Amino acid sequence: MSAARGAGRPHPSWALPAVLFFGFFALVPMALAFGLSFTSWNGLGEPRPAGLANWHALLTDGRLTRSLGVTVALTVVSCAFQTTAALLLGVWAAGPQRNRAVLSAVFFVPFLLSSTAVSLLFYALLDPNFGIVPGDTLGTTSGAFLALVFVGGWQFIPFHTLIYQGGARQIPEVLYQAAAIDGAGRLRRFRSITLPQLRNTAATSLVLMVVGSLTYFETVLILTQGGPGTDTAILPYLMYEAGFKAYDFGYASAIASFLVVAATALSLLLVRVTGFGAMRSTREGM
Amino acid sequence: MSRPANPLAGLGAVIWLAVVLVPVYVMVSVSLTRQDEALGGNALRPPHHPTLANYGTVLDNGFGHFLANTVLVAAVVVGIVLVLCVPLAYVAVRTRGVWSGGAFRLFLLGVAVPAQAVVVPLYLMITKLNLYDSLLAVALPTAAFAMPVSVLVLTGTLRDIPEELYEAMALDGASPARMLFRLVVPLARGGIGTVVVYASLQAWNGFLFPLIFTQSEDSRMLTLGLFTYVSQFGVNIPALLASVVLSGVPVFAVYLVARRTLVGGLMGAGGK
Repeated sequence: MSAARGAGRPHPSWALPAVLFFGFFALVPMALAFGLSFTSWNGLGEPRPAGLANWHALLTDGRLTRSLGVTVALTVVSCAFQTTAALLLGVWAAGPQRNRAVLSAVFFVPFLLSSTAVSLLFYALLDPNFGIVPGDTLGTTSGAFLALVFVGGWQFIPFHTLIYQGGARQIPEVLYQAAAIDGAGRLRRFRSITLPQLRNTAATSLVLMVVGSLTYFETVLILTQGGPGTDTAILPYLMYEAGFKAYDFGYASAIASFLVVAATALSLLLVRVTGFGAMRSTREGM
Repeated sequence: MSRPANPLAGLGAVIWLAVVLVPVYVMVSVSLTRQDEALGGNALRPPHHPTLANYGTVLDNGFGHFLANTVLVAAVVVGIVLVLCVPLAYVAVRTRGVWSGGAFRLFLLGVAVPAQAVVVPLYLMITKLNLYDSLLAVALPTAAFAMPVSVLVLTGTLRDIPEELYEAMALDGASPARMLFRLVVPLARGGIGTVVVYASLQAWNGFLFPLIFTQSEDSRMLTLGLFTYVSQFGVNIPALLASVVLSGVPVFAVYLVARRTLVGGLMGAGGK
């Protein structure tokens, strides 16, 4: 068979169209963002060289550190909330009971709406004159922050529940049977079998959560506009305001460059930690 | 193995059911309420005189057109992603070279880079390309940013195709192109399904690109349409919620008809 081994090898140039397309619409803009961060440009006419002015402003005016703090806090609290809920719901939904299947189908409904639609729904529900939550929730710092965490969770917990449900179904039943024979209680089985067996699932879900939390942009725009003050102005929103509200595209590009570097570092770290990029079949190690 | 009832889990499930259903209930109920009735009343109370007038208001304000734009963009995005990523994944899995490995790592790097980060330079490029305020201006970058995850999913699926099948086809004298269409594509159906679901959701959920790259009502997509209703409808919250309900109907219909495919596709996106 060795004659046929190595058959079906396409020419590497088949990958070229994808690389060129991705390069043009994703990589060139990243480089361009970096270039624009050294210019002054108001969106009209041509960008003018501005040296390090934007970077100097970004690193000294305090907006970046504040916004970074909000972004990290929102990501961490969101991940904690979503992981807890999705883990419990996913393991619960993995059971074979009929009523669990029916309820799981209902639990999935929020994910069918777009983030924009979900944000508008809670914009109405949290309206002080109209909504079902008394008081001006979005007017206070903690209220606005918790609202963003809750709204993000409301939409995305169904998706992560699905991932945990899939993971929990892969756990061999025989492990539970052995534990039951040894007299392990329900809590003990959950702690000693379910949790360790879901390690890889949790890693996958967490990667998607962290990446996804950077897309809270429209929720912030619709619900809080970064407010009160700048207390919920996450990095993408700060950039949007600087660019498309204040027409300071140089400063916005400096924020964008920072985002690109931070996100690339994050993705390298995640790839390393989870073995996402390992060239191996998903069947291996199961 | 017998499964004794778990009252604590049952309680948790009921609580979560309320968390999911109360907002959904208010959304539907208020969307059926007359505007004058909604303002004074309690949002939790069912409407006294149910009306479909709010849905009429939404449909009269371009909803169908916005929806058609979104569907068109989703179709273009899915098309671009499949045509470009399937051959790339084929190369990444079937060849061992500096170039194919490099190409794969390039996409891997892009997984966590948010599209938001490049919206300013893209805006400059889109204007220079004379694409501003067109659906293509939204579709092209959306497709580009859907590619990293799609490549990951597809290479994962393609790796599961056994070597023996390629060898058997090679003995029959099949070219790599023939293998792609006769072997790889049919056996990668699961992964391709996942990519279709994922890429169309990217287009469906996309908000920032339509916000920045389009302006006129002609090229307005659904998410942006909903956003403009906020200022357009003002205090007419029932009409706003009617537009939210309507925006969910197409995906809900897909969910009812093809729940297995949709959920399977999403599990695929998360399960890699």
